[in-house]
Amino acid sequence: MSERILMDEAAIARMLTRLAHELVEHNKGTEKLCVIGIRRRGEFVAHRIVALVKKLYGVELPCAGIDIGMYRDDLVSGFFVPDASVNELGFSVDGKRVVLCDDVLHTGRSVRAAIEAIFDLGRPACIELLVICDRGGHELPVSPDFVGKNIPTARREWLDLNLREIEGKDSLGIRSENKIG
Amino acid sequence: MHKLLIKGGKAVFDDGVRECDILIEGNTIVKIGQDLVDAEADMLDARGLHVFPGLIDMHVHLREPGFEYKEDIASGSAAAVRGGFTQVCCMPNTQPVCDNAAIVGYIVARAKEVGLCKVRPIGAITRGEQGENLAEMGKMKAAGAVAVSDDGRPVSDARMMRLAIEYASDFGLLCLSHCEDRSLVDGGVVNEGLNSTLAGLKGIPRAAEEIMLAREIILAETLGKRVHICHVSTKGGVQLLRDAKARGVQVTAETCPHYFTLTDDVIVTYDANTKVNPPIREAEDVEAIKEGLHDGTLDCIVTDHAPHHRDEKSGEYNLAAFGISGIETSFSLSYTALVRGGILTLSQLAQRMSGAPARILGLEGGTLQEGEVADIMLADLNEKYVIDPKDFASKGKNTPFEGMEVYGRVKYTIVDGTVKFPR
Amino acid sequence: MLGKDLLGLYHTSAEDIVSILDTAVGMKKLLTQNLKKLPHLQGRTVTTLFYENSTRTRCSFELAAKYLGASTVNISASSSSVQKGETLIDTGYTLDAMKNDVIVMRHPMGGAPHILARHVRASVVNGGDGMNEHPTQALLDFYTMREKFGEFKGLKVAILGDIKHSRVAKSNLFGLTKLGAEVSMYAPATLMPQGIERLGAKIASSREEALAGANVVMGLRIQLERMHGGLFPSLSEYNQYYGVNDEHLRLADPDCIVMHPGPVNRGVEFTSDVIDAPNSKITEQVLNGVAVRMALLFLLVKNRQESEKHA
Repeated sequence: MSERILMDEAAIARMLTRLAHELVEHNKGTEKLCVIGIRRRGEFVAHRIVALVKKLYGVELPCAGIDIGMYRDDLVSGFFVPDASVNELGFSVDGKRVVLCDDVLHTGRSVRAAIEAIFDLGRPACIELLVICDRGGHELPVSPDFVGKNIPTARREWLDLNLREIEGKDSLGIRSENKIG
Repeated sequence: MHKLLIKGGKAVFDDGVRECDILIEGNTIVKIGQDLVDAEADMLDARGLHVFPGLIDMHVHLREPGFEYKEDIASGSAAAVRGGFTQVCCMPNTQPVCDNAAIVGYIVARAKEVGLCKVRPIGAITRGEQGENLAEMGKMKAAGAVAVSDDGRPVSDARMMRLAIEYASDFGLLCLSHCEDRSLVDGGVVNEGLNSTLAGLKGIPRAAEEIMLAREIILAETLGKRVHICHVSTKGGVQLLRDAKARGVQVTAETCPHYFTLTDDVIVTYDANTKVNPPIREAEDVEAIKEGLHDGTLDCIVTDHAPHHRDEKSGEYNLAAFGISGIETSFSLSYTALVRGGILTLSQLAQRMSGAPARILGLEGGTLQEGEVADIMLADLNEKYVIDPKDFASKGKNTPFEGMEVYGRVKYTIVDGTVKFPR
Repeated sequence: MLGKDLLGLYHTSAEDIVSILDTAVGMKKLLTQNLKKLPHLQGRTVTTLFYENSTRTRCSFELAAKYLGASTVNISASSSSVQKGETLIDTGYTLDAMKNDVIVMRHPMGGAPHILARHVRASVVNGGDGMNEHPTQALLDFYTMREKFGEFKGLKVAILGDIKHSRVAKSNLFGLTKLGAEVSMYAPATLMPQGIERLGAKIASSREEALAGANVVMGLRIQLERMHGGLFPSLSEYNQYYGVNDEHLRLADPDCIVMHPGPVNRGVEFTSDVIDAPNSKITEQVLNGVAVRMALLFLLVKNRQESEKHA
């Protein structure tokens, strides 16, 4: 195994700030916006973005995490009992412009599950997708509206996105399995 | 007159087994001896076979009239000779109940027509086996009944039983008592004990059998009359009989192969072929039954042959009919368990399955003797086979012995000097 | 591994029992959050075939099946139709022909589910058969005990009431002895089955002895018809000599829990003080019942799917 750091704390901070700006710019303001993060890492991303929007624009967007355990598409094929929590956002998504946040976009299956979870809670005006990195390998027609960094990876490579809230520091690295022989 | 010479078999006599030839003329054994020669006689090569007096089963259910879908006299007779039996006594719980001379006469006539084994009807003790009024025992005797019994239904009322024993004795008829205190049975379907608890099936306590058995002993003793106890299944029952016989009570008793070969471990799969009344008991009972057969406390082995339709044995255990189709497995099971098991000699086995029933009911046969009726069974005691009900001649395939490996196969059954079953 | 059917705990291994309980933990977590929409049994049919009245068991199974996405069919056959109507095996053939996946069966006669199971392709779950077994009730009891005590080793379980006619007592006994708990039983001699001590139960000589130091105090329902059948003289005498009140309960471990499969006869098996005490788990048992039955249906269908894959 070898690991290479792609972004350090400062780089990630700059990237998040850019994403916050893009978000407001693209939506022409903050009206009807709300931010929902896919648990668990996406929820922290969502809170970061919301904090930045507040700092930059003085507006506090409604924000919550969403549990996709009940909506995974491999429940039956894998035949397991999901460790899921009930979704109570604390605000309505009806008619809202929902910004769905996650850390790394890979197959797109989590995003699909999250969209279904959101629709179980109401009917948003639209859902936009924000991710820290897109490593490619999409298996569904999902593409992010806001991307921190595009990092096309091979199957034998993994992105390590560390978050302050979980790992104690922000960083983005790439790991690959050494070829044998 | 037709002659048959059985050559080279080992004949089972009351006092031992000897190789000898047996010459039959008509329906009589005319000569038993070494190196018999008779130019006119048909020869039956019995080398390697044992020659027994024809087996007598004093407790079978042939189901006719009324339940021909379970068995009839023709199929029952075919099963009997296939099992080595030359005489069977059929119980009266038919429909209508065999409680009158007409039905007795019908059974006798029908059996003659079938012409395989001898069928001796047992008349009911009470009209309709209702336990209330005596059946016409005198007339039934005249029509051919050899005993009386309300088998399948106990005579619950002690006064009625007393009257029956007394009245039957006027005609030389023996009462065969199915001992069962109905209040203690209380809907039970298996032996009460560990396995009834394990299977969650309602148990029948041994006391249900023993209480009535004790009553019959006391009645026989006080009245000074004979009584016969059907299908003894418990250790306590054997002990009661042993004590009674020791004090000279005129009581005889029978048991069945399933009471000395199986324990109630077999019920836990809910196979209704194990459902029988009285129920299959526990290991200590099996041992006591064997001991009772060994010391003669139990006089004879019967089958309680109780054929049923498969629909009556395939559903819920509680709803299934009681009974085992046993006449085609009795000899092999008895020989395997008792003789090979070291409980009985071959002579004693012949006694329990032929001599004793003949003596108890005053029937012909039961022994190999010059001048005796030529009812004979030949078996290969070394032949081993697996019991398969598909082979049964009986309509009733209900046996808990399917798949069991046994020794001793009936090869010929000769009734009145004629071979009625050759394998 | 759990087979095609669950007919009783006598033939179920401790590992299988624990795997059902473990699966039920996840189910209960979802249920308590009101998350009741799992997809695992979608396209499957679960039929409840009840030859005996039961509201709670049937309802519990039906909800469990529905929460897993199954279609459910309920068939009530009166006890009298057992004797007169279609035979059990024919009913089985019919249900099989309709492509049922699971048949939950309750029957007044011991062994009926075993006989059905031999004749159908569907999985058969015993929902109580006569005096034989009621495995899912015992599983939910185990769940309730484990939730409180964490493990079964050394756990003292006192079972009081009509042991003789109780399938619940037997399934509990079979499972608990395998899991390492001690089971003591107390009942009027007329309501105690033969040979139960040879199956691992300790027969107490008094109510007090049964209760002493018990971690779990389980009552069994006294059926009124037993009194009419002469097995005991009156409900009040039963309560006086065999029932449990809060004073008796003090003999048990101070941290004990009170359980009852329901429905409870207040003032007979237990006084209301006992039933309503803070350590009473009687209502909790009901929720656990749904979780355990979900877990069982889940595992049966999972196994079936895996074996179908291999086939």
